[in-house]
Amino acid sequence: MSLTSLVFVKQVPDTKNVTGDAMRPDGTVNRGALAAIFNPEDLNALELALDLRERYGGRVVVCTMGPPAAAAVLRHSLYMGADEAILLTDRSFAGADTLATSYALSCAAKKLGDYDLVLCGRQAIDGDTAQVGPQVAEKLDIPQVTYVEKVLEVKDGVATVRNLIDGGHEVVKTPLPALLTAVSSANEPRPAGARRLMRYKKAMTRTELLAKHAGKTYEDSNELAVEEEKLRERGLWIHEWSAADVDADPQRIGFAGSPTKVKKIENVVLAAGQFKEIPLTEEGIDALAKELIEDNVFV
Amino acid sequence: MSENIGNVWIFIEQDSGDIADVSLELLSKGCQLAGELGVKTEAVLFGAKVEGLVATLHEYGADNVFIAEDERLEPFSALPYTKMIVELVGAHRPNIILFGATQVGRSLAPRVASKLAAGLTADCTALEIDDYEDKASKTVMKNRLMQIRPAFGGNIIATIANSWEDPQMVTVREGVMPLSEPEKGRTGEVTKVAVNLSDEDTVVKVIERVKAESDVNLKGARIIVAGGYGVGSKDDFNLIKKFADAIGGEVAASRAAVDAGWIDHEHQVGQTGVTVRPKLYIACGISGSVQHRAGMSDSAKIIAINTDPDAPIFSIAHYGIVGDLKEAIPMLMKALKAHA
Ligand SMILES: Cc1cc2nc3c(=O)[nH]c(=O)nc-3n(C[C@H](O)[C@H](O)[C@H](O)COP(=O)(O)OP(=O)(O)OC[C@H]3O[C@@H](n4cnc5c(N)ncnc54)[C@H](O)[C@@H]3O)c2cc1C
Repeated sequence: MSLTSLVFVKQVPDTKNVTGDAMRPDGTVNRGALAAIFNPEDLNALELALDLRERYGGRVVVCTMGPPAAAAVLRHSLYMGADEAILLTDRSFAGADTLATSYALSCAAKKLGDYDLVLCGRQAIDGDTAQVGPQVAEKLDIPQVTYVEKVLEVKDGVATVRNLIDGGHEVVKTPLPALLTAVSSANEPRPAGARRLMRYKKAMTRTELLAKHAGKTYEDSNELAVEEEKLRERGLWIHEWSAADVDADPQRIGFAGSPTKVKKIENVVLAAGQFKEIPLTEEGIDALAKELIEDNVFV
Repeated sequence: MSENIGNVWIFIEQDSGDIADVSLELLSKGCQLAGELGVKTEAVLFGAKVEGLVATLHEYGADNVFIAEDERLEPFSALPYTKMIVELVGAHRPNIILFGATQVGRSLAPRVASKLAAGLTADCTALEIDDYEDKASKTVMKNRLMQIRPAFGGNIIATIANSWEDPQMVTVREGVMPLSEPEKGRTGEVTKVAVNLSDEDTVVKVIERVKAESDVNLKGARIIVAGGYGVGSKDDFNLIKKFADAIGGEVAASRAAVDAGWIDHEHQVGQTGVTVRPKLYIACGISGSVQHRAGMSDSAKIIAINTDPDAPIFSIAHYGIVGDLKEAIPMLMKALKAHA
């Protein structure tokens, strides 16, 4: 048997480090000053796919939608063991809510075509919505299993998976193709392989190739096409697909394709210093303890 | 006042005849929204045997209950539920649909939204009715659902509106919306929904299901000791547990502590965790992000222990200890014991 897994991953700002330089005086975040990381649960999804390939053979294709810089998470996927990487990038994808995002991703999946499994992380840390996975599944008209911890078996076109539910777990059987969303307890994502890292750090997208040869174009120089061909031969070519490449309807992507609109953003103004400061001394703490007990907080 | 706008729907999550708390909370909220809009509140109830729940839903404010009973609708499965809800929406055109942000709600609502090409906002912390002016088309949409949630990016709250056709869909976490008192003896309509499911809709089979009563009870806790990233390590997190044990409290955490793997997500307080209203909330090594505060700012008394005097948590604290939690907690434990 051989399985083709398509893994959707996202580059996200590191929400853990929204401190220091990243904060503007008005309390909003300067995204530029935040480190961009591989969305944690997408690593679990990729690990599930790599594990399946080891058990059943096949290939692992990783795809992300994002700006050109999101190629970084694709390279990391290659370091971990992905066979192929696709960057879905186009200015017209910008401003997408989860509905428009899932439409764009589903267009990429359709272009790829022959997948047995589509895997995503349960949710991305910049929104925690967990919406994109199920929405992609619906658009592809395939079943979904969310919060997956283990793929127990794949046999005769049916996957048996264990997934979390509130307060417990389930084991379900789903025919393939199906979409699974992975939770952090699914596995321990493997680190980048040292030899793969050496090899795939040279992997690049067309945008990156053009940047490398600043000023040159495919039209006026043969050099680019030659280098692209070499990269392709060596498996170092990260595919770059535009909205047109995946036949996306312009009305359904980006801002235009997003029903939810931000009406307003309000800064929460915090009134400072209304609390009673307790000095960190024996007397101070003792007085606090007394006050709490007298206030009947513990009864 | 309504220009033919649809009703407010609440998806009722039930498991073997037990209604999820969040569904009743949303019913309370739904009644309020429906009242403002001058429309009805309707509950959507699916399962194997759920007729016995109808009376409860009426008492909690449902004017009508759409009910579908079929063995194939229990336990929850995304495909048949999506198909049934999408058909029901097509037939009755609700204005708003509220879902609990549970594992079930988070599987179902996005799939339904995708099929209907409807907007969906996750984990709202407040819902209001207001007008929305669409800047692009310069049209004013009257009486829309304002979907309010903290936004990524520091101390900010976003108000989101759905600019397309109805339904307007949101998910809300358990504990966010207060539960109203049921009105004993209140009755209402019941609308039976035909179940037209094909084999294709039931291809996903649940072959095992294990549910354990969780021993984490943050929502009802009177005393909570919460640890954040400032606790430092998994080992150090034991100090939070010891402290909670000593004062008869429950253990809670910020998302940063959960993400670090120091404690289970079940203990997370905040926008995408549990919302709590204890008599006493002791925040240890928690900065007080807007997402964390969303889940605990209604606590009766808040003590913050933090080394950073400028941490936002102090702005909502009643008592503040500026200092190292590793010093402060043992001192406080000792002092409380001495006075107990
Ligand atoms: C979509 C979304 C949803 C989210 N949902 C939630 C949610 O539900 N709940 C939640 O909590 N967060 C949530 N977050 C994350 C939130 O934005 C913050 O990142 C998180 O709350 C920070 O956790 P923290 O306060 O523990 O960590 P930090 O912000 O890193 O704060 C640690 C604090 O510890 C203090 N400290 C350090 N050492 C010590 C010491 N020895 N003694 C005392 N104090 C010390 C520091 O001064 C600092 O203030 C969400 C974020 C997003 C984007």
